Amino acid sequence: MTAVITGSASDLERARAVAATVTDPELPMLTLDDLGVLRSIEQDPNGVIVVAITPTYSGCPAMAAMRADLQRALSAAGFDSVEVRTTLTPPWSSDWISQSGRRKLSEHGIAPPGRAPRHRRGPVPLTLVPPTAVVQCPRCHSADTEQTSQFGATACKALHRCRSCGEPFDRIKEI
Amino acid sequence: MHTANDDTTDHDSAYSGLVDLDEHDQWAFGTSFDDPLAGVDTTLADGIDGADLATYCLMLGDDALICAQRLTQWCAHAPELEEEVALANIGLDLLGQARLLLARAAAADPSVVPALPVGSPVPAEDALAFFRDESDFRCLRLVELDNGDFACSVVRLLAFSAHRLALLARLRASRDPVLAAVAAKGVKEVTYHRDYAARWLITLAQGTDESRRRTTEAIALVWPYVAEMFDPHPVEKRLAAAEAAVDSSTVRPEFDAVMTEIFTAAGLPHPQAVAAARVGGRAGRDGIHTEALGFLLAEMQSVARAHPTGRW
Repeated sequence: MTAVITGSASDLERARAVAATVTDPELPMLTLDDLGVLRSIEQDPNGVIVVAITPTYSGCPAMAAMRADLQRALSAAGFDSVEVRTTLTPPWSSDWISQSGRRKLSEHGIAPPGRAPRHRRGPVPLTLVPPTAVVQCPRCHSADTEQTSQFGATACKALHRCRSCGEPFDRIKEI
Repeated sequence: MHTANDDTTDHDSAYSGLVDLDEHDQWAFGTSFDDPLAGVDTTLADGIDGADLATYCLMLGDDALICAQRLTQWCAHAPELEEEVALANIGLDLLGQARLLLARAAAADPSVVPALPVGSPVPAEDALAFFRDESDFRCLRLVELDNGDFACSVVRLLAFSAHRLALLARLRASRDPVLAAVAAKGVKEVTYHRDYAARWLITLAQGTDESRRRTTEAIALVWPYVAEMFDPHPVEKRLAAAEAAVDSSTVRPEFDAVMTEIFTAAGLPHPQAVAAARVGGRAGRDGIHTEALGFLLAEMQSVARAHPTGRW
């Protein structure tokens, strides 16, 4: 038996393909899908395309721009009825950045995050000494780098410096 | 100051972010009209009182909002650029938490939101931030204290973030799904804030005679306001009984254990302080504040209050 592709199923596939091309306003080399903030695209019984996005950090100032960009892209592709919803749970994790996203970050001089810490229950342990995980310089690939600040140009980045080539670079923080 | 725009807005122009195809994307005061809880189910769970939940969200939201305002006052004044960026980032995280919590308060009990002129585009969470008077703020007195020097701000941030992290970690199990979700995100953020403040406290205490002297003085200024953080308000106790809130007195042992670890590493005695007096038994959670809050609010609110419709 062959699957019957209904008009709505192909619409949904097309909407998913369009939404998957929308890029992050602050990291334009990544799509929202690469970044893991695009959580789902569904079609409700009334035919409305319902897109769910989640903020990376609570104070992420780019949410309104992401919402508008998704609306704009879907509307340009002929979807008249689009709703972009916020989802807060589960909270975004840097582990959700895709492999292609990590590759694109490196290519653009931003070190991708390591594995995020997991403390689902009980008191959160204190970390008095900054973690010494090896961070590779995205420019010269040296492992001889240091963190200059755990806070960077955007909420999701830390500042590093390469001791080999001397260049500063950003790293996406693990959360 | 809404400006018409076509639908080709992109991120190529530095000015395009000031306006957008939908006039509600952004407005003169820089925040977005986007409901931060758009699409989030804000229905009250059984046994949770809407007015109590709103008050509790104002308490936690106001703590974050006022602390964020104090942190951003360091912009252009911090000792190093990296620290300025760090303090502003911590403030931004807290501002985001404040926005979600104030929006949750407004959804739980719309009567807490100040009335604004007809036609005002100010969203509920902004109305709560910019149009409430001092006595309606529910923040702890600790967060409103003047920044003082860098040591003073570090000590305050350490006390506040350790308290907040312990609370948020437990609030992840709240029966209110919005509070639980805000807490789950907040835990990840405040973990960084507490580590930052703890490392600086140790650095300052182990630095020069001058940095150690200032740190000791900062502790003496801030610690009288620590006890208030663990003094539960009746609203908090009622909601804790309904498993929606956390009774803040229950997180004191965790806070003390964390402080012992940090102060031992810093080579400082564990702080002892006489608690700042309450006024007729009341303090920040009841809307009784130090004189510092009035000045802070005057600066934070004056532009919004002068232009409640966002146009001039």
